[in-house]
Amino acid sequence: MNDFENLSISSAIEGLANKNFTSLELTEFFIKKIEKNKDLNCFITSTFDKAIEMAKISDQKIKENETRPLEGIPIGMKDLFCTNGVRTTAGSKILENFVPFYESTVSNNLWNSGAIMLGKTNMDEFAMGSANTTSFFGNVKNPLGSKVNKELVPGGSSGGSASAVSSGLCLGSTGSDTGGSIRQPASFCGLVGLKPTYGRCSRFGMIAFASSLDQAGPITKTVEDSALMLQAMVSFDKRDSTSSRQSIPDFSDFKKLSIKGKRIGIPKEYMIDGLNSDIKKIWDSGISWFKSEGAEILEISLPHTKSALPTYYIIAPAEASANLARYDGIRYGFRHNADDLNDLYEKTRGLGFGKEVKRRIMIGTYVLSAGYYDAYYLKALKVRKLISQDFEDSFQKCDLILTPTTPNVAFSIGEKQTNPIEMYLNDVLTVPASLAGLPAISVPSGFNSEKLPIGLQLIGKPFDEISVLAAGAVIEESRGF
Amino acid sequence: MTYLIEGKKDSWQVVLGLEVHAQISSKSKLFSVASTNWGSDPNTQVELVDCGMPGALPVINEYCVDQAVLTGLSLNAEIKKMSIFDRKNYFYPDLPQGYQISQFEHPIVGKGHINIEIEGKVKKIGITRLHLEQDAGKSLHDQDIKNSYIDLNRSGCALMEIVSEPDLSSPIEAAEYVKKLRSILRYIGSCDGNMEKGNLRADVNVSVKREGEKLGTRCEIKNVNSIKFIQQAIEFEAKRQVNIIENGEKIIQETRLFDPNKCETRSMRSKEESHDYRYFPDPDLPPLIISDEKVISLKEKLPELPDEKKDRFMREFNLSSYDAEVIVNDQGTANFFEKLVKGRDSKVVTNWITGEVFSYLKKINKDIKNSGIAPEKIGSLIDLIVDEKISNRQAKEVFEEYMKSMDDATTFIEKKGLVQLSDQSEIYKIIDQVLSDNPKMVDDYKNGKDKLFGFFIGQVMKISKGKANPKLVNELLVKRLKE
Repeated sequence: MNDFENLSISSAIEGLANKNFTSLELTEFFIKKIEKNKDLNCFITSTFDKAIEMAKISDQKIKENETRPLEGIPIGMKDLFCTNGVRTTAGSKILENFVPFYESTVSNNLWNSGAIMLGKTNMDEFAMGSANTTSFFGNVKNPLGSKVNKELVPGGSSGGSASAVSSGLCLGSTGSDTGGSIRQPASFCGLVGLKPTYGRCSRFGMIAFASSLDQAGPITKTVEDSALMLQAMVSFDKRDSTSSRQSIPDFSDFKKLSIKGKRIGIPKEYMIDGLNSDIKKIWDSGISWFKSEGAEILEISLPHTKSALPTYYIIAPAEASANLARYDGIRYGFRHNADDLNDLYEKTRGLGFGKEVKRRIMIGTYVLSAGYYDAYYLKALKVRKLISQDFEDSFQKCDLILTPTTPNVAFSIGEKQTNPIEMYLNDVLTVPASLAGLPAISVPSGFNSEKLPIGLQLIGKPFDEISVLAAGAVIEESRGF
Repeated sequence: MTYLIEGKKDSWQVVLGLEVHAQISSKSKLFSVASTNWGSDPNTQVELVDCGMPGALPVINEYCVDQAVLTGLSLNAEIKKMSIFDRKNYFYPDLPQGYQISQFEHPIVGKGHINIEIEGKVKKIGITRLHLEQDAGKSLHDQDIKNSYIDLNRSGCALMEIVSEPDLSSPIEAAEYVKKLRSILRYIGSCDGNMEKGNLRADVNVSVKREGEKLGTRCEIKNVNSIKFIQQAIEFEAKRQVNIIENGEKIIQETRLFDPNKCETRSMRSKEESHDYRYFPDPDLPPLIISDEKVISLKEKLPELPDEKKDRFMREFNLSSYDAEVIVNDQGTANFFEKLVKGRDSKVVTNWITGEVFSYLKKINKDIKNSGIAPEKIGSLIDLIVDEKISNRQAKEVFEEYMKSMDDATTFIEKKGLVQLSDQSEIYKIIDQVLSDNPKMVDDYKNGKDKLFGFFIGQVMKISKGKANPKLVNELLVKRLKE
């Protein structure tokens, strides 16, 4: 059997087209690999029977020359996307046995493109976390930890998705990004993670964390794969009122786009205290790569950057406190026996949700409460506008913004667990683009002294994913690995 | 006259404001395509949003938006170009999302007014706002000893909450306000106004004060679902408040429930216990934008509303204000009237509609529109009276039987042998018989006992078995007695 471990989606498509191997062979390879790597805990639910069934259909289609864009490509589906007839948990005990009878738009689009579902990937509970340590189904391990003989976190919340792609358990996976949940784990696992513009991917059937921020996106090995998967995921969806009607380009056109003459902004506010020195070095390298490709580098200012994290940690929990109110044990999901209604709510939600989720529900409830609303939530909305304005102003001067993705590399499981603020700081460089709804990608750009990966982030103008991908490709070509 | 409550010490004025919840007559719900059909099996009309499934998202029903705009226009109110949907957060088993999507700070309709008529005087009642919101489901506690059940068919149905200014000052004004509002909603078709089904219900805010004082503390009576109950609830609540204040105590701001069996209000929860709903803009829904074009095109769709119709009827048909009000209250009645009055005397037509027709409809428990009564059915009967073929009295006596028959009026009265006696010589014959049978009375009459005239008329009618044309009998009798 072939070794498909380092295969990219684009080369797999080529291999399938050239009949070098079948989708069934690919799928069976990954099924075996997943079973061998159960200790990484990447999947909450595996769907191997379904995968084999889908692979056979794909092989038939390939045979009949009716190939769809992702025909026969085995992927992991973050367990935040509702999948018809397949348990969907959002990493929570409260949905431990929840089986949707409907399909999310994003997953449906992928199946319609010929992608194959290997299973539902592990994640932080309700996408709340930056280390995949809040899942009811246990921690996910970063496969790169073995390089340094440590148990490293894969990042979060799409930790299972990132770890699975990084360890070669699937060719690509879906993630969702609310404040960095695609980009940060991609960076920690040495992968490409793309958060598209808010509204590009439908949120229908994607379990909500913070509705005004949640956005689906792909986690892949290469920029080209990212474009391929993104193409299959996006659509205008009338079932999501925030879905964008903006025309959808051919994202593979990024290959035709030259970065020469483009203006790359370097925001001085991202030079934060505590930025890892290796990361700083890679950032400098990134700047020089773009320079040598003929891009113009200019320093820009995003003055409200320092307010982004607190703003995010008001808005996201506020929305979450309402979004998670439906998990009450009345209609579906976990319900604890109780004496009366209040007791039912208390026990069901008290035992059904984990600690971090409860913390955020409490924060969200607090910031929306009478007497605190103006000081917290309303003020946060105002600051969010200022942050968006910062980007808008900067994009008058530049085409793209280059920053590190995270202030540090992957850390050990168990680290940063005592102080939630320390954990929240992981998102400091990713939340501003989330608050502004902008497309952003994390691309592997180098390593620290321990050979752990470091990602750089590129932030683009609204709906300009193509430029973001093109700039990502420049990094891929220049980084020297 | 001002409505006052006489306490032990003082006279008290009542200040009332109403929040009317009107369910929009729409085939599907406010944010889902589920049907709103009433009376279906429990939980059969439920989409993902209506039962709060994970990943479900609301999508606005444009038809409901149009109905809210139409209603706003008919309330002479400002239509907001931009309004915002908010989440109103609270836990209850029949609230599947854990929040109700409503409009808090930025409703779709702003200030307006409607006119009501009290004792012949027009009073303008301010409308504070109208906003759109989802209805909740229904909890069923009487199905089982141990468990409660939930029916989500109503969950997500579109409601308009119409809030009045505290401009109402008596139970009768509150009743007239609700009647007028219901009439308008029915005219434009945005709500069927059915209070029994709960499609129209009111929260009533009641406070009392002495003349010249500023507003007192109010209590809100929730979910009153008939006009009679609204009046009873206000009467009880206002007296309760007067007693409390006159006993030197203070009114506690609270939510109360009306018990129609005991005809009293009871405390539900006080302000301290009241929910903090933590309203915030629903991030699943962009701001609702209403274009000028939409407002203009909906304005063109507005039918003639009760007040305009009333003015026109008073002008065109010379109706009294009272009669016109009664006729236009229901659009079906007004349309019926307009068809019936063509070529006929408006006063006679009005009397027949508000008299016999209304009481007949009440008996068969239908409204004029769905009763199937053709205006010509009534018209042909009226025509026979005017043509003096039958008397008014005869017509009234046989009205119900006539309505049940399939015959037109002429055929019917012929079959019944009811044709009026209008032959002069026949009537003279009877008069002469009556006069010659009663010579003493004729003498008495001629000596000034005028009242005996009625006696002679009665005798003539009796002998003719009621068929004699009363007008003619009158005329001919006067003539004979003068001879």
